[in-house]
Amino acid sequence: MNILQPIGHYVLKFFKSVGALVLFTFTALSHCLRPPFYPRAILRQMIEIGYFSLPVVGLTTIFAGMVLALQSYTGFSRFSAEGAIANVVIISITRELGPVLAGLMVTGRIGASMAAELGTMRVTEQVDALTTLSTNPFKYLIAPRLIAGILMLPLLVLVGDIIGVLGGYLVAVYQLGFNASNYIQSSWEAMVAMDVVSGLVKATVFGFIISLMGCYHGYTSKGGAQGVGKATTDSVVSASILILCFNFILTVLFFEK
Amino acid sequence: MTDTPKIKIRDLHKAFGPKVVLDGLDLDVMPGESVVIIGGSGTGKSVTLKCTLGLMQPDSGTIEVDGENVVGLNSRDRERVNHKFSMLFQSAALFDSLPVWENVAFGPIADKTVNRKQGKELAIEKLAQVGMPPEVGDLFPSELSGGMQKRVGLARAIAGDPEIIFFDEPTTGLDPIMADVINDLIVKITKEVGATGLSITHDMASARKIADRIAMLYQGKIIWQGPAATIDECDNEYVQQFINGRADGPIEMAVRK
Repeated sequence: MNILQPIGHYVLKFFKSVGALVLFTFTALSHCLRPPFYPRAILRQMIEIGYFSLPVVGLTTIFAGMVLALQSYTGFSRFSAEGAIANVVIISITRELGPVLAGLMVTGRIGASMAAELGTMRVTEQVDALTTLSTNPFKYLIAPRLIAGILMLPLLVLVGDIIGVLGGYLVAVYQLGFNASNYIQSSWEAMVAMDVVSGLVKATVFGFIISLMGCYHGYTSKGGAQGVGKATTDSVVSASILILCFNFILTVLFFEK
Repeated sequence: MTDTPKIKIRDLHKAFGPKVVLDGLDLDVMPGESVVIIGGSGTGKSVTLKCTLGLMQPDSGTIEVDGENVVGLNSRDRERVNHKFSMLFQSAALFDSLPVWENVAFGPIADKTVNRKQGKELAIEKLAQVGMPPEVGDLFPSELSGGMQKRVGLARAIAGDPEIIFFDEPTTGLDPIMADVINDLIVKITKEVGATGLSITHDMASARKIADRIAMLYQGKIIWQGPAATIDECDNEYVQQFINGRADGPIEMAVRK
């Protein structure tokens, strides 16, 4: 009895949390589709998520592309298969590394900031103030962040893909001595539309997950500074795990034969 | 004054787990009247306001605004009813991502009753009403002192020409002179706007100044109410203990047990 009690407590708590998250998600999505919309708030979030995340995503993907080219060369040179480096870089970056790395970096930058901002607004009664000003907090705070996340992550990943491939090119040509035009041609031939599209679809899902987790944990936070800190941590941890989980699910859906 | 109360609360109950906060609260606020609810911390003053605004759902009871029961309204009807309300929060609850003028004109801009240019002019006009110069409009809330934030909060509360204004601990955290300035402003502004006022405070100087009628909340019920001028003569020992700030008396603080 004493053993079952805590197990039951945690099981009930888990289902309560899942139920709350599902309700939050449906409410948020319904507000994304119904007017009024707040274009200025959406634009502000798009700039915050898209434009200001460019440096961190660019730096992450360029180094990932460079390391990928270097490591592939080390491995493939044992089998005299150095020519496959362009293929490896293109496939790895567009299918996996671009969306996953961008997703995780944006989680750290944006998911945490969303949770901290909304959490602070919650504990300082700014969310209540919105309601007293006849403005639905879901419409003004949550919907713009979700819309911006869904729209901007694919664009960020597209830019990240290009920069990542460029990183591979720089190492291959300037460090490993590959012929530039041959490398570009190999890269071009290795590029498959489906790889890029699958990466962008993943990015859309990741953008939704990042914004949703940031908004959910921030909006539902309580208990002052400690609560805001916990909301920030929870948003980053949950979004990171969900990104890796959904990356696997989407990879299976796209590429399993 | 008409006979229909602007706000009519009947048999309101609210508990958080085993802790009963409101235990059958009854209160009427007549049109144009200024009612102040006094009572110690944790007696349910803020919960009463939050239930009336729809920020919290009571367990049972009714809250009528202009004869319409507002408990359990859907979000659209709640937004309609909340157009009648505005609130000055204890912490002012200004949106710290927006400049002061946008804070003041937030409601009218969100309602689309004014555009942004007109909103700025409206904000400057309302800031002047609370004795603040136009330059303050371009500052951010974090650049203002506590008293200035309260005044901006007051300007925001009257910007939408509300029918009912709630004041949540309007003088908490202010020095006595600034507290008196805020009290004077509350009296002047509510008269100018012609609004009905419902305030909660434990500052007796503030209650005496802004109230037409004072109601004392204790253990979730109104235990005394009457004209502000008569509170010193009332023979209720709970009220006498509270207004004289005595540690000894029928009100027992949890810390003394």
